[in-house]
This record gives sequence, C-alpha cells and structure tokens, in this order.
Amino acid sequence: MRGLEFKGLNTVSGPIIILRRKENVGFGEIVTIRDREGAEKTGRVIELSDDYAAIQVYGPTTGLSTDETSVEFLEKPLELVVSEDMLGRVYDGLGRPMDGFSPPFSSTFLDINGDPINPYAREYPRDFIQTGISAIDGMNTLIRGQKLPIFSGSGLPHNRLAAQIIRQAKIRGQDESFVMVFAAMGVKYDVARFFIDTFEEGGVLSKVAMFLSLADSPSIERLITPRCALTAAEYLAFSLGKHVLVVLTDMTNYCEALREVSSIRGEIPSRKGYPGYLYSDLASLYERAGKVSGGQGSITQIPILTMPNDDISHPIPDLTGYITEGQIVLSRELFQKGIYPPVAGLPSLSRLMKDGIGPGMTREDHKDLSSQLFAAYSRAKSVRNLVAIIGEEELSPLDKSYLSFGDVFEKKFLSQGEMEDRTIEETLDRGWDSLSVLPRDELYRIKTELIEKYMPMTEN
Amino acid sequence: MIEGRIVKINGPIIQAEGMGACGLYDVVEAGERRLIGEIIRLNRNLATIQIYEDNTGMRVGERILSEGRPLSVRVGPGLMGRIYDGIQRPLKDLYAMSGTGLKPGVKSDALEQGKTWDFVADADEGSLIRAGSLLGHVRETERLDHKVLVPPSFAGEERLVWTAPAGSYTVDEVVARGEKGSQFSMSHIWPVRKPRPFIRKLGMTEPLLTGQRVIDIFFPISKGGSAAIPGGFGTGKTMTQHALARWSDADIIVYIGCGERGNEMTDVLREFPKVVDPRTGRSIMERTILIANTSNMPVAAREVSIYTGVTLAEYYRDMGYHVAIMADSTSRWAEALRELSGRLEEMPAEEGFPAYLPTRLAEFYERGGRVSTLGGDTGSISIIGAVSPPGGDFSEPVTQHTKRFIRCFWALDRELADARHYPAISWIDSYSEYAEELRDWWQHINPDWLEVRTQALDLLKREERLAQIVKLIGPDALPDNQRLVLLCADMIKNGFLQQNAYDDIDMYSVPEKQVLILRLIMTFYRRSLEIIQAGAPLVRIRSLESVERISRVKSRIPNDRLEEFRDVEALLEGELGKLKKEYSA
Ligand SMILES: Nc1ncnc2c1ncn2[C@@H]1O[C@H](COP(=O)(O)OP(=O)(O)OP(=O)(O)O)[C@@H](O)[C@H]1O
Ligand SMILES: [Mg+2]
Repeated sequence: MRGLEFKGLNTVSGPIIILRRKENVGFGEIVTIRDREGAEKTGRVIELSDDYAAIQVYGPTTGLSTDETSVEFLEKPLELVVSEDMLGRVYDGLGRPMDGFSPPFSSTFLDINGDPINPYAREYPRDFIQTGISAIDGMNTLIRGQKLPIFSGSGLPHNRLAAQIIRQAKIRGQDESFVMVFAAMGVKYDVARFFIDTFEEGGVLSKVAMFLSLADSPSIERLITPRCALTAAEYLAFSLGKHVLVVLTDMTNYCEALREVSSIRGEIPSRKGYPGYLYSDLASLYERAGKVSGGQGSITQIPILTMPNDDISHPIPDLTGYITEGQIVLSRELFQKGIYPPVAGLPSLSRLMKDGIGPGMTREDHKDLSSQLFAAYSRAKSVRNLVAIIGEEELSPLDKSYLSFGDVFEKKFLSQGEMEDRTIEETLDRGWDSLSVLPRDELYRIKTELIEKYMPMTEN
Repeated sequence: MIEGRIVKINGPIIQAEGMGACGLYDVVEAGERRLIGEIIRLNRNLATIQIYEDNTGMRVGERILSEGRPLSVRVGPGLMGRIYDGIQRPLKDLYAMSGTGLKPGVKSDALEQGKTWDFVADADEGSLIRAGSLLGHVRETERLDHKVLVPPSFAGEERLVWTAPAGSYTVDEVVARGEKGSQFSMSHIWPVRKPRPFIRKLGMTEPLLTGQRVIDIFFPISKGGSAAIPGGFGTGKTMTQHALARWSDADIIVYIGCGERGNEMTDVLREFPKVVDPRTGRSIMERTILIANTSNMPVAAREVSIYTGVTLAEYYRDMGYHVAIMADSTSRWAEALRELSGRLEEMPAEEGFPAYLPTRLAEFYERGGRVSTLGGDTGSISIIGAVSPPGGDFSEPVTQHTKRFIRCFWALDRELADARHYPAISWIDSYSEYAEELRDWWQHINPDWLEVRTQALDLLKREERLAQIVKLIGPDALPDNQRLVLLCADMIKNGFLQQNAYDDIDMYSVPEKQVLILRLIMTFYRRSLEIIQAGAPLVRIRSLESVERISRVKSRIPNDRLEEFRDVEALLEGELGKLKKEYSA
C-alpha cells in the first residue's frame, strides 16, 4: 500500500526538509523520500503546521533537490518486523536486513519507540548474573533486568570486557542462557567485527540479533539504531519470554548525533551544546530494560560509552549515571598499571546488587565483605596519596598494612585473565585473602561470626 | 463544551484555534484519541497547549474539546496507598486496561468508582457551615481518620438542613445538604496550580523525626519545614528519600517520583507494604500516596506531577495532619520546565532554564509550612526535594535557586559516597536553620541533645582542620591528643553518622538511641583525653575493646533495648578507669 505522495520541497537544511503539504499527515509519521535518481531514504515528521510539514531525514540529504524530490507519507510510525527469527540476523542502523536475506516473515510490526513501561507493571530485578569477573560479581554485581553501563575512555578495553561478559554471563543453577541484541552506533568496522568474532567463537551467532550503524553510515541514523534494537529486545523478552542481554555501543556517538540534529534545528542548547532533553531522550532508551510482571523474560542492558577526556562529569556519562542502575567505570590508571579488567574500585557501583546477593543467592558473607573491601580500598587509596608526600618509611604500621592490602586487592582480586571465568565463591574467597593482610579489628563492617567462618587462617 | 481545531504540532506543544472561551490552565482533550492537555498560553483565539500523553500520529485539523475548567485533581477517601501518574491517573487501572505499556488516551477515575465508604456525620443538622467546616468522617485506612470537610471553594455560610445517616456511600453520593440548596459529597476537585487556602502560617516548633541520625541530631528538619538533598548520581538521594518516607513520623507521605527510574517506584510498591510503622503498627503503605511520572513518561506530565502531589498533600493537611512530601527529583521537573519553555521559544536565562524558574521553585516550596487550617486545626506539609546537579556541581541554577527557598540543606558528598559512607550527607557542607527552633522541643525529650550535638560538630570541625595537616605530613607527626581527635572523629563517622539502610537494627534509630550513641562517643573522648594528658600513649586507648564495641553499638542494640547501653558504658568506664589509675599513679 502506498501512502500519499508529494513532489517538491521548500527547503533542505542539513537533515531537515520542509515541504508544503496538501493532505493531512500525522505527527511522528514515517515518510519515504525519493531523490531525482529514485534512491530512497527514510524520514519522520517532526513538526506540523497548517500548511507545512518538517521532516527529519535519516540519511544524507546531499543532492536532494527542491523540485525533483518526492515524499511519500506512510501513515504509520517507524516500525520493525519482529519475530523469533530476528536472532542470527544482521540489520542496518534503520532496521533493514543487510545480510542479503529478506526480513523475517511475520505479521507483527512494532513501533520502534515502544510504549513507556507502566511502573506498576514492572517487577523488581533480583536474579544474580554470574559474569565470572571478580570486579563485577564481587563488588558491582550485575542483576538480570538491570541497566548497567560501562563508562570507558578511548583506548581502554571496554569491548574486551563486554565480550567477556557476553561469553561468561549465566544464571547459576539454570542452564537457560541469554539471547543477545547488539547495537553498534558509529563504531568502526573492526569493533563490530570483534564482536561478531566473539559471538562466532562462542558458537552463539544464531542467538544474536545485530543492528549495525557503523562509522561510515550517516550519523543521524544512530538515532534510530538503538530503538530498533530495543524493540527487538522487548519483543524477545516480553512477548517470547526470553532473557535478553543488550549491548549498545557507543552511546557517545548516539548523543553526538542528537546534538547535531538539535543544533541544526536551532534549539537552545544546555551543557556543552547538548539539547536540554538529552536526559529524557536517554531515559527513553535506558528505561527499556527490566522485567515485567506476568512475563518470563527480561532485558539486561549494557550500554558502553567513552567519556570524552575521561571526564565522568561530561554530560553523556553524567546523565547516563543519573538514569542507569549504577555504572562500571574503567580506570586509565589501572590500565596503565597493566591490570585487566581495569574496573575502578570506588566510582563503580551496582545499585541492584543489594537485592541479588546474600544467602541463597550468592553467599552470606557477600554484603559485608564487599562493603569492607570498598572501605579498605578507599583507605588504601588515601594512604597511597600520603606516600606520595611523606614517603613509605614514615607510614604507621597500620597504614602500611593498608598499602599492602591495596596491592594484593588489585593483583589477586581485580586482575584476572580475559578467558578466566571465576565462580562467585572463588571471587569472595579472593576478597577474604586480600583482607587477611589487615589487622582484624579493621574489619568493622563485617560481622564477627562471618570473619570467624571465612577468614583464611594465617600466621597473624 | 468549547470546541477548537489543531493548527500546529511541535512535539507535546500544540496550537489550536477557536479556544477563545477557555481560560489559562484549562484542561482540554485533544485530537481523536482525546489526549489530556492543558492550555498554557492564550493569544486571542489561538491557544498553546501542552499535551500530557504521547501525541504521535496527531494531525492538524483534529478537534480539541474543553469544559472550560482548570487542570485539577480529584480528592476524597481512597487516595491512600495508591499509585498515580503525573495527572492523577491510577497506574494500577491503566495496567488492567492496557497492560505493560502506557497507551495514550486511556482514562480512569482517580477515585475508585462504586466503592463505598462508611460515612459518619459529625455536623448536626441546623449547624452553620463554611469552607473547611467538618461534615463527617470516614475510616480511610485502619489508622487514618479521613475528615470530610466543606471544600475550600465554598463561599459564605449556610445552615445544614440534612446530613446522611451513618452508612455506606460512594464518593459521589450526597452526604449533606444546606438550606440554600448546596450539596456536599465526600469528594471534590481542586485545581493543581492553585494552593488550597488556610487561615495563616504558624511558626515551627516540632521536628519531623526521621530516625536518621545525621539528620535528626545534626541537621534536623521541622514539621512544616523544607529541605533539599542535592547530590551527583549515585550519592544517595533516592535512598535518603525512601528512608524518610519509611521512618519519618509524619501522618501522611506523598512520594513523587518525578522523572526518575521505573524500578524505584516498583521497589516502593513492593517494599512499603511490608514495612511496619513503629508508631501505628500498620503497614506504611497505608499512609503513603505515590505519584510516579518516570523519566520515560511524557515530559509535560512530569512538570505537573509536582503540583498534583502537593495538592493532595494540602488536602490532608487541611484535615489537621502532618504531611511530608518527597520529590525525587526537582531537577527533572526543572528540566521539564526548560524543555517546554524551549518549545515555546521563550528567552532562556541561565543554562537554558526559563527566567521564571526561581519563581516556580519558590511557589512550590511556599506550599509547604505549618498552618492553622480553615477548619481550625493545625496541619503541616514538610517538603523534601532531591536536586540532581549536572556533574554534581552545586553552583548550577537549580541548586542555587532552591537554596533560597529551603532552610535545610543536606549536601551529599561524592567522596563519602565513593567510600560507601552512607548516608553521604556531608557534615561540613550541610546546614539546618531549624536547629535553633527545635531546641526547646529537644530540651523536653533529651536535654543532652544540644550539648552532644555541639561537642560532636566541634570535634568534627577540628578533625577537618587536622586532616589538612595529615594530608601533608601524615598522622604520626601529630601529638597524641590531636590523634585522639582523629580517632574519635572516626568513631563518630563509623559509629554514628554512617547508617546502613539495609541493616534491620541500624536502619532506624529512635531519638533516645541517637543521643545515647553520641553521648557514649563524647564521653569516651573526654575520658580518653584526660588519660592522654596524664601521659598514656594513644595506642593503649586505641586497642581497648570499648573502641570496637562503641563503633558497633548502632547495629547491635535495637531501639527497644536501650538499657543495654549501660553495659557498654560500664565497659568504657571500666577500661578507661583502669588506664587512668595506671597513669595517674
Ligand atoms: N543509606 C544507605 N545505606 C546503604 N546504601 C546506600 C545508602 N544510600 C545510598 N546507598 C547506596 O548508593 C546507591 C545509590 O543511591 P541512590 O539510588 O539513592 O542515589 P541517587 O542519589 O538517588 O542517584 P540518582 O541521582 O542517580 O538517582 C544505592 O543503590 C545504594 O547501593
Ligand atoms: Mg535517585
């Protein structure tokens, strides 16, 4: 079915075109634009007045002429055909198959913007996901249905970490595994290739739906990519009851595309030129995670973003942190020390951890132990600062023991191999090992019974 | 019914013609799906309208309908324990009607239709009534006596000719009639942007006890007071708000989740019913109303959610209750204001916020306070607003303007949060202007309050100064009496200020326990100082069992076994007494 078609534009300005419309069209409706060669692009109605319609074009507008361009109004929002067969497929940034096959056969079309989940319909996430990575499982536990981003910097191993999570993530005592949705926005082909290889090596390629808008695609396309990916994820999770792990990379590129469009539209910018609605816009993506009552499935989101200049107060990580349920922050300092994964101890946080750990879920000592590790590591860091000033010799014996705690913790607990998959017990035991270098009365956050039960026997 | 026609659509802001008969802030139903909107600007025949639901698919030329009345909430029995969106649509009903996703255009009554309440008249037939007069009451929940009052909009005086006999009535049924023909039911509507009237504001004399030590002792808030909790992401705003909603001794809690996470509202819905109010023995959900307009819900409804919440609070205040509002986060509300203002192409002031931001903030906080009500009772609204400054930088406009309208500032500190010192309320940057007013109250309850508070704050200030020196030369260069200050400051931080919201004993402290802990530490400090001055080295003191016992007492001694503090005191006296003897000999 073809919709209304109009020929001729009034203005073309960057990715926005304006045309005089004769028939009535809906706000947010999707359009197909054909240039003088007949090539097609997709766009969306973003503003309507009595006579005019403004359209945002998801593709290059170079070469669009005012006279020879035609616009077809499709009388529906941008939709994705969804089916279980999306798994194993590769789509472009606008949700069109790019693996040479036709779209999966299905009569279910979903608006890629989704509907906001009614808070009453949510179920609180609480199932522990074992990633096999101590820095995460022990200190910043990932929960099924959580949105937990990785805050990284250029050159840091966020992709390797994400790949390790993808390879190793499991729910203990269940063999039911995750299906994956992977969205790449503005990343280089090598990065996409790296993930494809990871999926292939893990033999899980048939369980992944990929949405790729690589660095050479028009940047505005990135505004659509994560929405297609999340629509696919929602269908898999909430209609088919699957547990879906969504990786979105790189959110920084997404935000830049948003800024670009906003500035072309002449909107009043807030911080660093990003539009004032960046928070709401990001929330409309990140909030598409979780569990809903009555359903079996879940969406666990791992967005990856590179912090410009490693600055965590930059609007992109800042607003992300205000929406997500914690963050895994990678530290350049640890990376330069050769520690993998370089998960920064203090600024990283998992907010859903509290409900997913403890007896029956991980182990009874987990809460106290992680809290003590945080406290001790924080103290170790301030002792290090002190050493820089007064030298190690001047330290009190207690401070010295904190210093060695810091080293043991980084070497034995934080560091691990990229292929090393630790059980939660092993992770916790390593935590106790690190604490064993401290005097016992420094363990004020741990219940005495637990210290007696779990602290390894040593000479002191 | 006024009928107009849509001529322009720019996201949630649309324009319509033919609305000349409408007033500013009137509600409309826009388009085929009859989406709820509000007129926010009128220019002759042309109305600018903000739409509270997703209006994708809306077309120019569609109809707009208005009854010519302002955007209002419906008040009456049956609000308690429920969860609403920003425009008071019950989310449970919407779930039943349209499932997991929120669909535009779905409507449901704010008060359950058909539900009956046992009304008992209190006013006699023949009595003279005016706005705020008591007509009767209803038991809304086990512990909540819902007073049915003559609505504040009622003008003049009238003699009652009939009151309904005790029995079950719906919120729409007439339960009283006046001689001039006025009819009263148990419910009415009230415009959200219009403060409900009262006789006058009163001074504040009583604390809103929160069970949170750093707040009650160091930076207390009064019933009727207003406080801000600013803090970067993950520093503990929401946790603090939840703790206050759980434990504070207000009669009613209105919790507004304004532009924040869906899961946090789910958490409240799941946990609150299980939490027992220590004062009433009933679930705290029975005294809580939730307004949830999460970050992914329409931004215009986020702007109005704050007013919806405060109007419901005023309704219960008018019955003579102490209400506390938690608004998480006022920054998201300010951003909604900014986004809408941008679409209206208004001149921005600082950081894109409209120039009227401070006025709006002031209006909101002004709706709090302790008042004498139209009915002659005393009621109060305490407002506690979270502020989410970009980059955690308190110099930004929302934090700065908020500071002008609140008197209690609980500054969350990134470093404390990173070190997992919770609540991360900074004892250096926070303040409360209520402390002075509350002196008399504490004087009655626990005369020690002021003394230990002053001593402890003073000790922490000294430690702050010493910490600067320690950073340069290390702690060991300090003399023992100064290192004692460091030790005791640590005891205050770990044993008193830090409070674990997940620990069953520690999560909530009665005021007596709060003072006991702090007094214990201060006694320890004084006695230790004497011993050090007598020549004992600090190591002897540091290794005493008392040090560890005192630091753990908060999570060891429950609120109902405070006599056990004597054992710790005895231990302290014993150990320090022994040392003292040793060194004074
Ligand atoms: N009193 C407390 N006891 C124990 N843990 C706490 C406490 N306060 C905060 N936390 C920890 O800090 C995390 C973040 O707290 P919270 O969600 O309240 O932050 P926030 O300031 O509201 O952040 P945002 O602005 O992103 O919403 C919690 O998930 C919890 O792990
Ligand atoms: Mg919060």
